[in-house]
Amino acid sequence: MSVAVADVHASREGATVSPLSAARGRQARRIRRWKAVGAGGIAVLLLIWTLVPLYNIFMVSLESKGDVFTNTIWPDQPSLGSFWIVITEGYWYLEHFWEQFANSVYIGVGTVFFTLAIGSLASFAIGRMRVRYGWLLSNAALMTYVIPASFLAIPFYRIMQIYGLTDNLWSVIAAEVTFATPYAIFIFHQYGVSIPIELDEAARIDGASPGQVYWKIYLPLMAPALVAVGTYALLLAWNEYLYQFLLLSSKESMSVPVALAQFFNSDEAPWNYMMATAIVYSIPPVAIYYAFRRRMSAGLTMGGVKG
Amino acid sequence: MSSVPSAHPLSLNPGEYPPGRRLQRSELAWALAFLAPYLVVFAAFVVYPVGHGLWIARDPALYAELFADQRYLRTVVNTVLFVGLGVNLMMFAAVLLSGLFVRREWWVRALLAVYLTCWALPAVPAFVSFHWMLIGEQGLVNGLLRELFGVEGPIWFNDRWLALGCNIIAYVWKWMPFWTVVFVAGRMAIPQEIYEAAAVDGATGARRFLHVVFPILANLYLVCTLLATLWTVGDFNTTYLVSIGAPARSSEVLATLGFHYAFDAAQPALGIAATMSALPILVPVALVLMRRLQAGGVQL
Repeated sequence: MSVAVADVHASREGATVSPLSAARGRQARRIRRWKAVGAGGIAVLLLIWTLVPLYNIFMVSLESKGDVFTNTIWPDQPSLGSFWIVITEGYWYLEHFWEQFANSVYIGVGTVFFTLAIGSLASFAIGRMRVRYGWLLSNAALMTYVIPASFLAIPFYRIMQIYGLTDNLWSVIAAEVTFATPYAIFIFHQYGVSIPIELDEAARIDGASPGQVYWKIYLPLMAPALVAVGTYALLLAWNEYLYQFLLLSSKESMSVPVALAQFFNSDEAPWNYMMATAIVYSIPPVAIYYAFRRRMSAGLTMGGVKG
Repeated sequence: MSSVPSAHPLSLNPGEYPPGRRLQRSELAWALAFLAPYLVVFAAFVVYPVGHGLWIARDPALYAELFADQRYLRTVVNTVLFVGLGVNLMMFAAVLLSGLFVRREWWVRALLAVYLTCWALPAVPAFVSFHWMLIGEQGLVNGLLRELFGVEGPIWFNDRWLALGCNIIAYVWKWMPFWTVVFVAGRMAIPQEIYEAAAVDGATGARRFLHVVFPILANLYLVCTLLATLWTVGDFNTTYLVSIGAPARSSEVLATLGFHYAFDAAQPALGIAATMSALPILVPVALVLMRRLQAGGVQL
């Protein structure tokens, strides 16, 4: 704002001095106005782009009948009935909804805990204790991402049969931790570089064991990175579908996304219940995202990017 | 920066690894104990499955069978289009949009919060919504086309190219916000003085983007594009949930085709071979990515 005002003054003074700079001032103002219009236009388009699929979920979930769509832009008789059905498990596809929701939470919490624990221990040994060939392990871990998780699903499924872990939530937690930990080690390592190593050395001279240094110095100072990676791991587990679908088969051990996609198998697809389920399932990550928004975007990019 | 030999061996650039050192015996025990959980995970859930997969798919006859299969060749074309168009459109749009989101007005920040909902929304609900939105006459998209423009929209999942396009749009919708945030952080890290200097030299607007912003972001852009390529090649959810491979399995990508070979056609070896056939592309991408990550000091 202040810049614009200053500019107006400058161009006014310019008008008395030379007509050339007045023209330039007018041009600058015109450019600025066009820029504002352009930004506004892009913003409106982006808003539509973002909101249409979200609106669609709400619209379908508010339908009072699952299969008849008389009006496709807004339901004839909007009702919250399908949410009530989901919450009370009032449809045979949704019999175990809360059990399945608990399974999803269990998988999410387990993934977060083990990713943070295993990742921080490994990064402490590599980055702080400077174990020999540590960089090699860290790079090997990153190579996990060469083969996409979905390509490993078939051998992974077989190996879980060998381990006797099929239809067990722990098999899914193992899969999610496997794919979240390399990223965790990478981020922890980068973040850890900013913590002075002298802290560790001083504590060691005072007689602290490496375990105490890890617990009392490293972990507390790493808190922002732990929050960021923890959120990442939770969202990963909440987003993931393929492994949960392959490894969990019974209704009691299923997680919500698997149950959700099961609606596709039904002939009498009750889409309104499906969308209501989807909304209930989406509440935790969206809520967590809005709660941790500031810290997360800071953590995701770890304090800026050097080109 | 100083010419004095560094007194602090650990004042490293981020991403650089400290030199290893020989640990005393008691320390070594601690370090091994700290590394043990990850070593177990890595051996049991990375090395073993990868080895097992390669072992199952070792027979060259499998690959001959694959290349003879019309469906496989079509899937390769789809995968190349899905990844090539999806990743490049997404990254280019993200880097342009990041220019909007570095502005500090309240409405820009509010817009960013709304925009990032796509990313926070779990994949299955998001893609199920896309599927339902595009399904025939009943879907919201065709409903909107009819109400607003009086146009009768196509049946999206009846045509291979339309279905593939829908998958790409859905994928970009879900993942573009993430990359936008990465680029916003990249732009924030550019010192204001560089912009001022560029403005003095007359570089504003598109020129500033072309000659100032983009060269600075180039390494980050490359790294992110490579990373997104790896992730997109492996993307299963979009195709499986948006177009469901329709029509007649003609919009499949490698990840879903391998799955169908293995679990619907009961040919797990062929399924693994189908996915492993992408390795000659993936490994070089990953190697370039690793080098860039280490050399450029890019932080994600």
